[in-house]
Amino acid sequence: MSSQKPLLEVQNLHTGFNIEGETHYAVKDVSFTVNPKEVVCIVGESGCGKSVMSLSIMDLLPKHNGKIDKGHILFKGNDLVPLTEEEMNQIRGKDISMIFQEPMTALNPVLTIGYQMDEVLFNHTDTRKEEIRKKSVQLLQQVGISRADQIVNEYPHQLSGGMRQRVMIAMAIACQPQLLIADEPTTALDVTVQAQILELITKIQEEVGMAMLLITHDLGVVAEMADRVVVMYAGQVVEDTDVDRLFYEPKHPYTKALLDSIPRMDDHREVLNTIRGIVPSLKNMPKQGCRFVDRCPSAMPECTKIDPALGEVDKGHSVRCILYDASHPEKKAEV
Amino acid sequence: MLLYTLRRILIMIPILFLVSIVVFSLAFAMPGDALSGQIDPTQSPEYIEEMREELGLNDPVHIQYGRWVAGIVQWDFGRSVVHRMDVSAIIGERLPNTILLSAMSLIITYILAFFMGRYAGRNPYTKGDYTIQGINYLMLAIPSFVAALFAIFIFSFQFGLFPSTGSVGSGMTPGTFEFWMSKLYHTFLPALVLGALVTASYTQFLRNDIIESAQKDYVRTARAKGTPESEIYNKHILRNSIIPIVTLFGFDIASIIGGAVIIETIFSYRGIGELLISSIERRDSAVVLSVTLMLSVATLVGNLLADLLYGIIDPRIRVE
Ligand SMILES: Nc1ncnc2c1ncn2[C@@H]1O[C@H](COP(=O)(O)OP(=O)(O)OP(=O)(O)O)[C@@H](O)[C@H]1O
Ligand SMILES: [Mg+2]
Repeated sequence: MSSQKPLLEVQNLHTGFNIEGETHYAVKDVSFTVNPKEVVCIVGESGCGKSVMSLSIMDLLPKHNGKIDKGHILFKGNDLVPLTEEEMNQIRGKDISMIFQEPMTALNPVLTIGYQMDEVLFNHTDTRKEEIRKKSVQLLQQVGISRADQIVNEYPHQLSGGMRQRVMIAMAIACQPQLLIADEPTTALDVTVQAQILELITKIQEEVGMAMLLITHDLGVVAEMADRVVVMYAGQVVEDTDVDRLFYEPKHPYTKALLDSIPRMDDHREVLNTIRGIVPSLKNMPKQGCRFVDRCPSAMPECTKIDPALGEVDKGHSVRCILYDASHPEKKAEV
Repeated sequence: MLLYTLRRILIMIPILFLVSIVVFSLAFAMPGDALSGQIDPTQSPEYIEEMREELGLNDPVHIQYGRWVAGIVQWDFGRSVVHRMDVSAIIGERLPNTILLSAMSLIITYILAFFMGRYAGRNPYTKGDYTIQGINYLMLAIPSFVAALFAIFIFSFQFGLFPSTGSVGSGMTPGTFEFWMSKLYHTFLPALVLGALVTASYTQFLRNDIIESAQKDYVRTARAKGTPESEIYNKHILRNSIIPIVTLFGFDIASIIGGAVIIETIFSYRGIGELLISSIERRDSAVVLSVTLMLSVATLVGNLLADLLYGIIDPRIRVE
């Protein structure tokens, strides 16, 4: 793996929203890499900036108030951040695709499924119209839609949520992208459908041989699908490791707490451990010190003063916590 | 859809009944009646009384109402005492002019609103947007008669581009090509004034809808597919935003008619509106009653049309 050139490198990404004239960072200093054909999961509570981070990669932030302020997004070595809208359009849908959380609203209600399928092929290939339509039907069949030749003439409201998400997947893989970003692709679906869609995504990912950035807050999904895991908290990466070490050697107190809150079969506790409190909102983010300090069971007085840096504790395992920070060796002993 | 249409039409029957009562009561409450303006005042009161009796003007209200409704059902709208003609014949002569005027003004409204609304919606909060909104509010604020007089002054008197009165040139043979061209020529200026004045709400509607649609998830999906900006606006957004606009006129018929009444009077344009005003002045109650009822029905039909049209162009409603 290490000899490979990374497919995607996010470096010190800062994405901010302009709220009442002030910039608040929803993503603050996020760095991680995705290698070709690798599945990287991003986990973290609601509101920790997972969606904002993925929209930043695609340059799909709400134009009126969202903006990348600092950092680089290298895709195959080229920085996407300075690219113009037209240049991004060459990449979006072709090299990098995205599936969204809400299949119910992600499709245009007044255009046929066929039109919306054809569009992505039309944008990125020189194929003739009839050929494109044939390909669209084929793609729909590939994602398990049996009535594909009829569905192309139907409108999104005639389809169930699961079907719509299949259509979204079909669109996303139409041009055989190298990277698929899936932002909680199953959260809005029924439990039974969730499993089918995840299975489909895994199958397709292997077939197409693409890398995937899968955003989820389901650690069960992580265990099943991930190669590497990036844990985010309040707009920052707090831990970045491979899937085995995440479950067996979690380091960051937040990761530990997250793992502790999963119910297990062999668990006879009456009350599940939950992490007390919630992610601070953008406006109430602590200006100094660790962002997790208020909820951290191992918090120390220093934690409110020192901004912890993301540091490697082991090969391929980074943590953002002063407990593991080499520049504060006196704390290390207490672990 | 068929069932829906039928239900909508059935609902209209009780509404029409109520409308007819209101219209009739209003006409009944008008001071004076057909006789007061027509008859020689030197006639003896006994003779007038006799005439009233003969015309049924002394009958109780409900009997008069019943007679009126019975007539309408048989397409008999009564006789105009002023024009000494059947009301249906007068309306038949005037109505095409008003329809032409309204249609032309609507086309002008839509053309203006489409281009201004599309531009402003695509470039919100820019100088161009503010300019368009400024023009729109100005047009909304100007009373129609002032705008009409201005238009006549500039286009007719200063530049002599368009005629200032009438609905057709004199000495034309009805039905010929020249006759229709002359009609269009005479209708253009009043239609422009009528159309421009109501453009504001259509433009604003389209602009706001485009701005709102631009934030929708499906736009983000389209962008994620690498669809160019112009395509996103012209296909994805406009397809959605055009739906409420297309049907807006149906709900707007009342204000178009209201505007037409004033504009026709100022331009001495021989339409229904001008007929209504002059008939009110002359207490021609049969005409007033019929025209008012007709305009109310037009409003109802406009609403129905708008709803049905919505069902045709919006795929989400179409199937059900
Ligand atoms: N358009 C926006 N304007 C202002 N703030 C925003 C906007 N979008 C997101 N935020 C804020 O940015 C933060 C991160 O939001 P984000 O949607 O990325 O969370 P998330 O991790 O994807 O959560 P979830 O799991 O619920 O999807 C939140 O505090 C949110 O309120
Ligand atoms: Mg999200």
